[in-house]
Amino acid sequence: MSKLSRLRLAGTKNMAIIETKNLTYTYPGATKPSIIDVSIKVEKGEFVLITGPSGCGKTTLCRCFNGLVPHFYQGELKGEISVAGVNTLEHHTYEMAKHVGLVFQNPENQLFALSIEKDVAFGLENVGVSREEMRKKVDWALNLTGIYDLRERSPHEISGGQQQRVAIAAVLAMEPEIIVLDEPTSFLDPLSAEKIFEVIYALNKKQGITVILVEHRLDLTAKYTNHLIVMDEGKVRFEGNPREILSTEETRLIGVGIPKATLLYQMLKKDGLNLNGNIPLSSEELADQLLEALKPK
Amino acid sequence: MSVFDGLRFRKVYSPIHNLDPRIKFVYVISIFVVAILFYQIIPLLFLFFLQIPFVLLARVQRQWLRSLRGASFLAGFIFIVNVATTYFTSGYTLLAPNVENAAAMTLRFVVLVESFSVFFLTTSPDHLGLALEESRVPYEFAFAFTTAVRFVPVLAEEAQTIMDAQKARGLELEKGGLLKRIRNYVPVLIPLIVSAIRRSLELAEAMESRAWGATKKRTNLYLLKLRRGDYALLAITVGILVVAIYVRLFVPIPTITQLL
Amino acid sequence: MIVAEDIHFFYPNKVEALKGVSLTIKEGEFIAIMGQNGAGKSTLVKHFNGLLKPTLGTVRVNGVETTKTSVATLARDVGFVFQNPDHQLFSETVEDEIAFALKNFGFEPEVIEKRVTWALNLLALTQYRKTSPFLLSGGERKRVALASVLAWDPQTLILDEPTIGQDHEQKEKLRQFIMQMQIQKKTVVIVTHDVEFVAECNLRVVLMKEGKIVADGLGKDILTDPALLELSSIVLPQIAQIFAKLSTLGLPKDIIDIYEAKEIILKAQESGLRK
Repeated sequence: MSKLSRLRLAGTKNMAIIETKNLTYTYPGATKPSIIDVSIKVEKGEFVLITGPSGCGKTTLCRCFNGLVPHFYQGELKGEISVAGVNTLEHHTYEMAKHVGLVFQNPENQLFALSIEKDVAFGLENVGVSREEMRKKVDWALNLTGIYDLRERSPHEISGGQQQRVAIAAVLAMEPEIIVLDEPTSFLDPLSAEKIFEVIYALNKKQGITVILVEHRLDLTAKYTNHLIVMDEGKVRFEGNPREILSTEETRLIGVGIPKATLLYQMLKKDGLNLNGNIPLSSEELADQLLEALKPK
Repeated sequence: MSVFDGLRFRKVYSPIHNLDPRIKFVYVISIFVVAILFYQIIPLLFLFFLQIPFVLLARVQRQWLRSLRGASFLAGFIFIVNVATTYFTSGYTLLAPNVENAAAMTLRFVVLVESFSVFFLTTSPDHLGLALEESRVPYEFAFAFTTAVRFVPVLAEEAQTIMDAQKARGLELEKGGLLKRIRNYVPVLIPLIVSAIRRSLELAEAMESRAWGATKKRTNLYLLKLRRGDYALLAITVGILVVAIYVRLFVPIPTITQLL
Repeated sequence: MIVAEDIHFFYPNKVEALKGVSLTIKEGEFIAIMGQNGAGKSTLVKHFNGLLKPTLGTVRVNGVETTKTSVATLARDVGFVFQNPDHQLFSETVEDEIAFALKNFGFEPEVIEKRVTWALNLLALTQYRKTSPFLLSGGERKRVALASVLAWDPQTLILDEPTIGQDHEQKEKLRQFIMQMQIQKKTVVIVTHDVEFVAECNLRVVLMKEGKIVADGLGKDILTDPALLELSSIVLPQIAQIFAKLSTLGLPKDIIDIYEAKEIILKAQESGLRK
């Protein structure tokens, strides 16, 4: 291998898989833009968490990643966007589907087939994959999401949490480089939500899939990420290390639900109890720090 | 969990359920044609009993009986109308052959209901959708069909929830005269329609995201393949047709009255 | 006061959704009914305003048996806000939406006018009075649905999954709103699986599983019992998780409130230093 090509390879490793520059979008008929001047950079293999109050533009941003905005929604998109090396402005959503899988909030409305495996195969059928190959990919996706045993059931026979795993399997079967999940657990109970997060985390760690997760429940999700984006009123307000961002007063004032562990850590710190280690993001982390600090010497 | 459970299909496995829906459909149409060919009671009785092994093999006796019971009102009506017409047209006399003829007409109707109900009771909607996909029907139609089957129970349940929500705000659906009663349903219909539109938008978005319309040459996870059972059914169908046409053309069929 | 005595409920498909539930809800109480999907929570609360009638057993609302009266009559005392506002909004304007129930109950036009203004004000919706409810955001639609029930000022308020799909701030506003109702001695029943929300409100928790009540008591006792919660597939609140781990140091386990948590930890540290 020549030196040059090796250098280029090293370069691709840290290359942004998603990059937007001054992205501004207005829905048709809307008076003001839903996202304003959004410039973000996501690297390959990252687990990115996006949060912010309702109506802050998170969902709209997700729709940009696979070209639903502007191809499906029309309207006016300004700025630059590149996803998996593709300019989404020039490529239709069905071309993006093999790069980006989008999972939506309501599991019920993304399953349309009468059996689970048929649903998982839907995207592959659409792009015309051969039956043998399809079978392999469908089984692979069903196994990774832990629903292989449910493959012959119909969507109404399974719980909401299982339905959402089917939706994840359905985009996973296309073997995308990126999976974008828009509040995938907001209709689920905390236990089912945790299972979903574990599935997503494993996909990120073991399969190397870049994950973009939009969530309100930072209590359960902050621990998975080291790249947090906080949006408010269409703008990116903070981007970076969640431990720093979640411990600022400004973040709290935007209305972001700070994890209880992080809050308690700060309250203790204010009252003079200094704990060793990072700012905690989960109850496990804080509990370990407290055990250390309160342990009889 | 609700009143609308009956609308939901269940997967059942039996030799009949596993048959290719296309062949089953050909069989049903053949029975239909044969039933039309004959107007005597004996061959129609024969056709009637011919279906029973299928019903038993598919283990749908109970549902089958229910559908027959459902058809019994209409069957009774057909019988009475037939008897009455001959009674009035033949100078107010009631003859045994006329009654037998009316019974045969009724039986023909029962045979039609019977065979169609066997088809629908033993063919799951996804099988039917698949048959549509594999026939030359445009995929959009097949998709619309399966999506409808998927969402009809969901919408029915939603309608129930909406009615509950409005009742909880003091709406009394059964109150007032006919016009008032129709008006009472406005607060139920509007949310139902709005929510169906919202739902279809979300569905469209999810479909787009999963490469809907990427290529004209769509593939299919499942393949309908004719198996031994299907060939057997096809042979039976052809046999029935051949025998029926032969009998119809060359064998004089006695009526019950003549036999007695 | 709502009294359910040994109620059983069968759906038409013969599924037994409630298997002998007895529960008394006193005037002014604040209760969360929790449990997995399919545990029978929604089925139970639909008995409180007569939408469902028990197959066996009795439900009495203020002494009146629900089988002997209509939903419309019961609804005057027991307001029920459904999970999804889109399942009830249908009017051209927010104002009409709120007036709908008042008209059904036969209030005088002047009273309706006053009530609508009051409810709009209470939920900060006054600026949307003449707006179509369909043009509002999800959070705002949820508030309109709530206002349309509050308008007739029922003594008891049932909220089905009020926090679903709501962000942090909306949940906080809802919590404050319920606290306000509490001051007015209203009875509030919420059906939810949002443990964090319940942990932040100091209330009575009724835990259901497979059509039965498996626990009934104070939130801080029930939500800190890992065995009980595991049985009902509910996760421990964050603060309780921390204290479950800290119990090896001899700290109490039954803590769900963050301020209480802080005091206890600081005290533990001081006493450790003194030693």
